Amino acid sequence: MADIGNLTGNPPSAPLETRALRLRNFWSDYRKSWIAVLALVVIIVMVVASFGAPWLVPQDPYDLAQLDWGDAFLQPGETGSGGYVHLLGTDNVGRDMLSAILYGLRTSFLIGISAGVLALTLGISIGLTAAYFGGRIEALLMRIVDLQLSMPAILLALVVAAMLGQGVGQIVLALVVAQYAYFARTTHGAASVERRKDYIEAARSTPLPTRRILFKHLLPNVLPPLIVVATVQVASAISLEATLSFLGVGLPLTEPSLGSLISNGFKYIHAGRSWLSIYPGVFLMITVVAINLVGDQVRTVIDPRNSR
Amino acid sequence: MTNPILNIDAVSKRFTRMPSLTERLVGKFTGGGKPVTVHALSDVSLQVFKGEVLGIVGESGCGKSTLGRVVAGIHAPSSGSVTLHRMPVARQRGGNIHKLTTRVQMIHQDPFASLNPRMKVGETLAEGPRHHGIIPAADVQAAIRDLLRKVGLEAAYADRLPHQFSGGQRQRVAIARALAMQPEVLVLDEAVASLDVSIQAQVLNLFMDLRHDLGLTALFISHDLSVVRHVCDRVAIMYLGRLVELAPADQLYADPKHPYTQALFASVPTVGTGRRRFEAIRGEIPSPIDPPPGCPFHPRCPHAGPRCRVEVPGLTGAGPGRTVACHLNDGGVQMTKGAA
Amino acid sequence: MTAALDVRGLTTRFETRAGHVTAVNDVSFAVQPGRILGLVGESGSGKSVTGFSILGLIDAPGKVTAGAVLVDGVDLRQLSDDDLRKMRGRKVSMVFQDPMMTLNPVLRVGDQMAMAVRVHRPMSKSAAFEHARKALEVVGIPSPAERLLAYPHQLSGGMRQRVAIAMALLHSPSVIIADEATTALDVSIQGQILAEVRGLADTTGTAIVWITHDLAVVSSLADDICVMYAGQIVERGTAEQVIDGPRHPYTRGLLDSIPARHEPGRKLPQIPGSTPQLSHLPSGCPFRPRCPLATELCTTEPPLDIRDGQAVLCHYPLERA
Repeated sequence: MADIGNLTGNPPSAPLETRALRLRNFWSDYRKSWIAVLALVVIIVMVVASFGAPWLVPQDPYDLAQLDWGDAFLQPGETGSGGYVHLLGTDNVGRDMLSAILYGLRTSFLIGISAGVLALTLGISIGLTAAYFGGRIEALLMRIVDLQLSMPAILLALVVAAMLGQGVGQIVLALVVAQYAYFARTTHGAASVERRKDYIEAARSTPLPTRRILFKHLLPNVLPPLIVVATVQVASAISLEATLSFLGVGLPLTEPSLGSLISNGFKYIHAGRSWLSIYPGVFLMITVVAINLVGDQVRTVIDPRNSR
Repeated sequence: MTNPILNIDAVSKRFTRMPSLTERLVGKFTGGGKPVTVHALSDVSLQVFKGEVLGIVGESGCGKSTLGRVVAGIHAPSSGSVTLHRMPVARQRGGNIHKLTTRVQMIHQDPFASLNPRMKVGETLAEGPRHHGIIPAADVQAAIRDLLRKVGLEAAYADRLPHQFSGGQRQRVAIARALAMQPEVLVLDEAVASLDVSIQAQVLNLFMDLRHDLGLTALFISHDLSVVRHVCDRVAIMYLGRLVELAPADQLYADPKHPYTQALFASVPTVGTGRRRFEAIRGEIPSPIDPPPGCPFHPRCPHAGPRCRVEVPGLTGAGPGRTVACHLNDGGVQMTKGAA
Repeated sequence: MTAALDVRGLTTRFETRAGHVTAVNDVSFAVQPGRILGLVGESGSGKSVTGFSILGLIDAPGKVTAGAVLVDGVDLRQLSDDDLRKMRGRKVSMVFQDPMMTLNPVLRVGDQMAMAVRVHRPMSKSAAFEHARKALEVVGIPSPAERLLAYPHQLSGGMRQRVAIAMALLHSPSVIIADEATTALDVSIQGQILAEVRGLADTTGTAIVWITHDLAVVSSLADDICVMYAGQIVERGTAEQVIDGPRHPYTRGLLDSIPARHEPGRKLPQIPGSTPQLSHLPSGCPFRPRCPLATELCTTEPPLDIRDGQAVLCHYPLERA
């Protein structure tokens, strides 16, 4: 019989790599950038605070019954009629800014993540199909994708949102339309490369059914670069939603949104009441920057490891 | 001779790349933008007998890899047919290849690209037989462990990912994957070319053992003459998409008849001192996009004559079990070796 | 006569996640003018890294940590970056496995070669072109004047490699390092190039280090052979000595496992195990886990046993058969 090709003293490559070991390695690489760790902490805090808002903040700023016009334009630090300190002041209808911001952040995360996930799913489907089947299908799909990529996302989102009207669902749809193309292109690029590799050809020649090849062979190998893209796109979705709401095409004023808070407070900036716009803006900026920093570090960690 | 189980009948394969819209537009000014056709295979006919290892040898552009893929059903031939027990191996319907048989399995050259990097080895081995019902679901795990042991790996390796293995071990996994489908014919496409010399010996030994134990039939594609000589019963030499010589291995190496085969043997260095003078074949290998008319080898052949430039030589007999495609061999006229 | 290339105790280390890896471990050899040295090894043996280390082409996370590299008596390791750059291409040059590592795809061949000439020796463009044309002729390229006008992608793989070799020859260097230069080429083209390389060494007196894994090539081409394993030279001698009378068990095992040396169909003698992981080397002799002769003694560093100019790094060097 054939000799065993592996004798004592010669372990194959590395010790058995469990998922736990891979995660630990990933984390120790990720930790190398303190800024990225800080960003991650900030995001976690933001997410926890925003989703836990109903329990954390004294006021539900979108429950009209809780508002009191008498509390309008309180400066940051002043106490209002409810007996608590408005850390970031109140707006023109007496909303506690901090509460409003946290509720708005929750909306941002919800919309950003759901739009991101849906756009990811749609983009992957299109990119994989185009790359695997090639020919006319690929040409057609990628032409549409290219066409869309040539238009600025904001414009697209604006047009779709204007057509669909206001509301959470409509916004998410608009964002998905604006963003799926980027996922599709990235997926198509990565999948085109993987498609030509021998293991795909081996799977086809066994033969294995197309569905299995797409989902078990092609997709898992195309996913890593997409995770990075997805992270950054979530940030992009968040700022897109804020932009749309700012422009008045996104969520109505009655729904929490950082964008509409900023927009609402815009009129008062020069009247010496800048806190209505600035704080929501700062929170928005910190969130978007933090997500980008995390995505950046994830990309750095994933890339060179693959090539080593 | 025993029964032929695989019949390759006048197979030609052309790959045509149609120019894109931009290329055609630009081509109106520059004179380009035409479809480009690669003649990968031209009129190749071959029979493979049960239990034999048939070597296919050639350099780049000879079409040996394409032939392997056509036999494995990855490409459908542009003309001609490949049949296994007289059933076609693949059928083209619309734009897709429908592989009709799982009975031909392939082992690829690059062990670092032929396994799904994100799938455990055991799963890679199991998915084919499981899907096609070759092994009943209940027995799959045990069968996989058996298979791993048979190719010289430990059964526990089923839970590992490919990157945890060396090149030689991965190639063993690739062999196991092919065997899991219980094929009748194996196609090995440069299966040991990427391996280190010491590992190559291990894998060749494994192949020879398995061949002996399981009675495998195989197509052994390689550019390495000494490896082919060692494991193959018969050898086919290909040049620029055509079959130029076919003979039992010992006879071919002792007495090559086609000028290309002779020149190939003379130009390959072998291990051993006794300083050799390299007898190089002059000229470059032409591109399969624009093969020369007549005999594909005539531009580089030291014996080329006027007929060679015009007429493609057919395969003619050159002794028992031997065929050569050369005008100088017509009518049984023998060529003298080293006539250059 | 001073050796064209004299490598003494060269050591190169890499920092990886798994710790230090010594890719080149105390490597020493010398090449006289006009002689070809074959540096043979399998993957992970350190042969390519040795070639890069000689030319100072090792970047972080790698570093040449010890040794001297003397070209015509001048130690390259002691030179400043500027002086080293002046030596590269002039006194010592390299040919890589992929000619596109040498050739710029967006420049015509003639332009690149003329540039390479003028960077070391100022002269007029036409003179540089003529120089380039002659170099192409020397490596056996037909119609060299036409080839000068071509772009690299318009040439075949064999032609490109010939151009790369011609570029290495432009300044008549004392030493050329060729790293798997013909491995990616077809067998018949390889034959042509090997013939030319042999001729070049004989006529121009250039010393050549031919790095390869292919024992057949090295036994036909090289005058002297160094066998590398796990970053060390385990055997060194003339081609006759090493190929016909190998004294290191690894060399013997390697030569034995070649199909050409056995009757067809016979089981091939094989070296058990796989090529070692440089990050997990055993103590003492790196070949110990796979060696049929290994004993307890082999856990200590093996000595260099030299006889008739044939050097072997082994506790139990074999007798010449």
